[in-house]
Amino acid sequence: METRNELTDKFSRLFSQTIPGIRASSFELFNSAREKAMEKFLELGIPTRKNEAYKYTNVEPLFRHDYDSFFIPGPDDFAKAERFKCDVADLDSHGVILINGFYPTIADKIKKLPGGVWIGSLNEAAKKFRDVVEKHFGKYISGENDSLIHLNTALASDGVFIYVPPGVRLNKPIQIINLVESEKDIFNQHRNLIVAEEDSDVSLIVCDHTLSPNRFLTNGVTEAFVGKNAVFNLIRVQNEHNNSSKITNTFIYQESGSRVSSNNITLHGGLVRNTTKHMLAGERAECLSLGLYLADKFQHVDNYVNVEHLVPDCNSNQLFKGVLDDMSTAAFNGRIFVAKDAQRTSAYQRNSTILLTPDTKMNSKPQLEILADDVKCTHGATVGQLDENAMFYLQSRGISKAEARLLLMFGFAHDVIRNIPVEPLRQRMDDLVMQRLRGELSRCASCMVKCG
Amino acid sequence: MLVIRNLRASIEGREILKGINLEVKEGEIHAIMGPNGSGKSTLASILAGRDFADVTEGTVKYYGKDLLSMAPEERSREGIFLGFQYPIEIPGVSMVNFLKTAVNEHRKHKGLEPLSASDFLKMMREKKELVEIDSKLANRSVNEGFSGGEKKKNEIFQMAMLEPKLAILDETDSGLDIDALKIVANGVNRLRKPDNATIVITHYQRLLDYIIPDHVHVLYDGRIVRSAGKELALELEKKGYEWIKTGEENSVQTWKPGMS
Amino acid sequence: MQENNGNDIIKEVTSGEYKYGFYTDIETDKIPKGLNEDVIRLISSRKGEPEWLLDFRLKAYRHWLTMKMPRWPNLKIPAIDYQDIIYFAAPKSRTTEEKGGIDPELKKTFDRLGIPLEEQKILSGVAVDAVMDSVSVKTTFRETLAELGIIFCSFSEAVREYPDLVKKYMATVVPYTDNFFAALNSAVFSDGSFCYIPKGVKCPMELSTYFRINSANTGQFERTLIVADEESYVSYMEGCTAPMRDENQLHAAIVEIIAEKNAEVKYSTVQNWYPGDSEGKGGIFNFVTKRGICRGDNSKISWTQVETGSAITWKYPSCILKGDNSSGEFYSVAVTNHYQQADTGTKMIHIGKNTRSRIVSKGISAGMGQNSYRGLVKVLKNADNARNFSQCDSLLLGDKCGAHTFPYLEVDNPNAVVEHEATTSRIGEDQIFYCNQRGISTEDAVGLIVNGYAKEIINQLPMEFAVEAQKLLQISLEGSVG
Repeated sequence: METRNELTDKFSRLFSQTIPGIRASSFELFNSAREKAMEKFLELGIPTRKNEAYKYTNVEPLFRHDYDSFFIPGPDDFAKAERFKCDVADLDSHGVILINGFYPTIADKIKKLPGGVWIGSLNEAAKKFRDVVEKHFGKYISGENDSLIHLNTALASDGVFIYVPPGVRLNKPIQIINLVESEKDIFNQHRNLIVAEEDSDVSLIVCDHTLSPNRFLTNGVTEAFVGKNAVFNLIRVQNEHNNSSKITNTFIYQESGSRVSSNNITLHGGLVRNTTKHMLAGERAECLSLGLYLADKFQHVDNYVNVEHLVPDCNSNQLFKGVLDDMSTAAFNGRIFVAKDAQRTSAYQRNSTILLTPDTKMNSKPQLEILADDVKCTHGATVGQLDENAMFYLQSRGISKAEARLLLMFGFAHDVIRNIPVEPLRQRMDDLVMQRLRGELSRCASCMVKCG
Repeated sequence: MLVIRNLRASIEGREILKGINLEVKEGEIHAIMGPNGSGKSTLASILAGRDFADVTEGTVKYYGKDLLSMAPEERSREGIFLGFQYPIEIPGVSMVNFLKTAVNEHRKHKGLEPLSASDFLKMMREKKELVEIDSKLANRSVNEGFSGGEKKKNEIFQMAMLEPKLAILDETDSGLDIDALKIVANGVNRLRKPDNATIVITHYQRLLDYIIPDHVHVLYDGRIVRSAGKELALELEKKGYEWIKTGEENSVQTWKPGMS
Repeated sequence: MQENNGNDIIKEVTSGEYKYGFYTDIETDKIPKGLNEDVIRLISSRKGEPEWLLDFRLKAYRHWLTMKMPRWPNLKIPAIDYQDIIYFAAPKSRTTEEKGGIDPELKKTFDRLGIPLEEQKILSGVAVDAVMDSVSVKTTFRETLAELGIIFCSFSEAVREYPDLVKKYMATVVPYTDNFFAALNSAVFSDGSFCYIPKGVKCPMELSTYFRINSANTGQFERTLIVADEESYVSYMEGCTAPMRDENQLHAAIVEIIAEKNAEVKYSTVQNWYPGDSEGKGGIFNFVTKRGICRGDNSKISWTQVETGSAITWKYPSCILKGDNSSGEFYSVAVTNHYQQADTGTKMIHIGKNTRSRIVSKGISAGMGQNSYRGLVKVLKNADNARNFSQCDSLLLGDKCGAHTFPYLEVDNPNAVVEHEATTSRIGEDQIFYCNQRGISTEDAVGLIVNGYAKEIINQLPMEFAVEAQKLLQISLEGSVG
């Protein structure tokens, strides 16, 4: 198939221009994958809507835009992170600040948090935790046919590395505040690796904020390995401005007895595309994939979720809900795959969306692919409005129409929030959701940056 | 407080209420009885402002105001409470959040400050005892996963919280065992004050053993065909609705001013 | 239950015989294999067609040449050599209907299939159009129906007798550009049924077409057109079988339904083409385009299908809900056993206001069978108050089969309520044990449970079909327990 065109040429040029610099700062294993990834990207091209995985999200214009620069961080960029002090969710947490997805590498390039978890730059980790990086890097995206993942492998210069050694259990979550900022329009790619070893327990909150009004495109890839009986919670709070486009690709591989949750809370953002893949590769592994999308104006949110039951006796649960206002649109594509011998699988999936105005549009594609017979799988999707009976019930108790709508929307969204496994975060999330629904800019409570 | 004159209403072109006349005064308890399909629930819904039925004729005055032109939430804030026959489940909305919003809307309407969180919780505790409701229920979503009895108790609990002037209890006894029935009735009796009133809508007489009505009306085929004191309920229980149906021709009492 | 035991039973089932696999030795007039413009001209001239129809065929053929086989279905389709197929075959000794009576061999064939062609013998209330290979051999009850103004005849005859009606409606719902197989059918279609119910007429009997593939190396490409004028009603049934052969045979049909104002059409199919043997050898490729349009307000189209046959099934009976208050229904049971594959479902396109659609799909997979539901519910911007409810359940018997669900929900109107529910499960061992304990054999228990599972669909079938469908389900699955 001939997919090379002026658009891929553009990235071909970007590759030849930036690759020497990237190579110089990056580790060998990463560098060795770049050429092949670029070839694969050029072969596949930027996804169009003819691509089944991008049927409802047109990402082409995002890549067509001429960004002022392809972001590779320098010391000046990280100086900003030093100045930024914000305890976003007012949580008792280990805070880490990133700039455009990159770990600040001016002081400690990698550090040990109280409790024993290591966090730092992926390039630095390749030196200090060489074996760990070599064992896991690039393993969980292999076989993927999404060209954007290959583009990331070809061009990402660094990203965050988190290592949770065996048996380490953090009682406080790690909170990563990712500041998206530049005076120029930037295209931004970073590559993360998270390794939670056997019997470890860690919760990671990632809050995205845009700090300047420029046009941003982020295409990030995260690979996560969760060892035997480990617990890993990933909570993403997306709060970017209308001119920002965010593409996240998350691949989580689970060994036996592990428990994972992925929570995509999209409060605000121009275009958001979250690809989340769960690989249940060890028996009795469990995963919970949650998503909440609240969109208005011309926003668009697409959640592409893929849960693969590769071995017997695993449980999975997907719950994605959203409220669309104004002219916003959203898409949900959820897949449950049950491999041939993955008996006694239990898999659930639900997607519900409320449309508030005639100009909103929802596309939902819940899918089941089942090759084992001893399974319990259900999925369901609904698109509709607020329940009239419930509206009347609230009104009959003296609650105004506007407030009743708000309450019902909140209740609808709370259904997702209450499932977030990190208890202290739920109240925060509820508050943020309420603010968002009230149309107030949902900036995090004690954050001094006026983003949103 | 409530005067209904010649109220006619239809659903999808079919006339359900064919000229209802009723007057309720402060301090009174009225029971409306009647067989299934006689229009009891339609009447309750119209009074609360559910708009599935079209009012084609007649007036409803509530403290002299035109009730029918008011929005459901206005009616509620003015003191009308409907105990639903089938209370609605609202997933994700906690009872506390729901009632706090409702109570404070009522307070705002009266020109009062909203209750503080602690005052509100105190109020909830007090009222909960009244209906012997399980305190865990308050932490759950509105009616979600409640048993039939819990839902009905929850309705009375909300009534206690909102302190209505006129409570309309639509088949509150249906689906209740005798113990739950007593609790519900007890709640209603304890909430009774000289300046409020209650309309109890029921199919069976048994609830009226516990809530003693001042007036009993029999609604049949969209009309109130008989009105009398509490003895009418007993008579009905003995003779059944067939008695009303067969004797319809002779026994129809039309409303006359002052008869209430 | 031990797994081995389960597999043994599955083996037992796979040895089950296809009842309709015989071949009628009758002299057949065939044209040579292959496909080109001359072949199309030949088909057209054999049928004595007017110029406009030949033009239509040629246009379709030229368009087909530019198209590729669809690759999106969840099916493994072996390469098909379109030059290795005979596109026209007619039983030679066919006696014309004008002379009354038909060839005794043909009559015997249809008798064996349970489709007697003498009106006095037929279940009262069913009119049959019997199609063997490329031609219609007999249409019963025509006169009775004609008294009511109902036209029920073979498609070829309709072209001759009612060219205006055919011209007016043909290809308006499924244009030849629609898809690869629709284009192929439009180029080479041989026969099929035509049915017109005039204004205000409620058709008093079930109309039905029975399709039989008999000759080797032939493909069947029939075309059915049903027009229900204002205020009319018709219930239409379709059945089909083919002999057992080692090679695959192609069946690519088109069905178009037009429902005008206040009209209602019920279309039922019991599809029992030869499914191939237990090794996956032979069987019919069933690639069919079925679509109806609710053109007038308050019209209704209802599809019911019981799919037990064919090696590969690719079909999506659909409804375009254009008229206000119109409604569409799709009820389906699809069984795949052995190496059968099915990718089937529906499309409900809501265009008019207050349109309703309902989808109930039950997939049953056994052996190595692969069963996919694929459905689209699309609510367009102006389709205020559209409602859809979809339920897609899958039942798995054995651990080598697969069930897949691919629903697409596209909603562009906030007043719409669209709901999709799906479950996948297997027959519970406890259910089987419960039956066993009450003295019911495992085979019977499976039949019982499967029929219970499919009941909602079977109930939609006309009486005459329901019994047959129930038996078919039992035969195709008897004893498959995993």
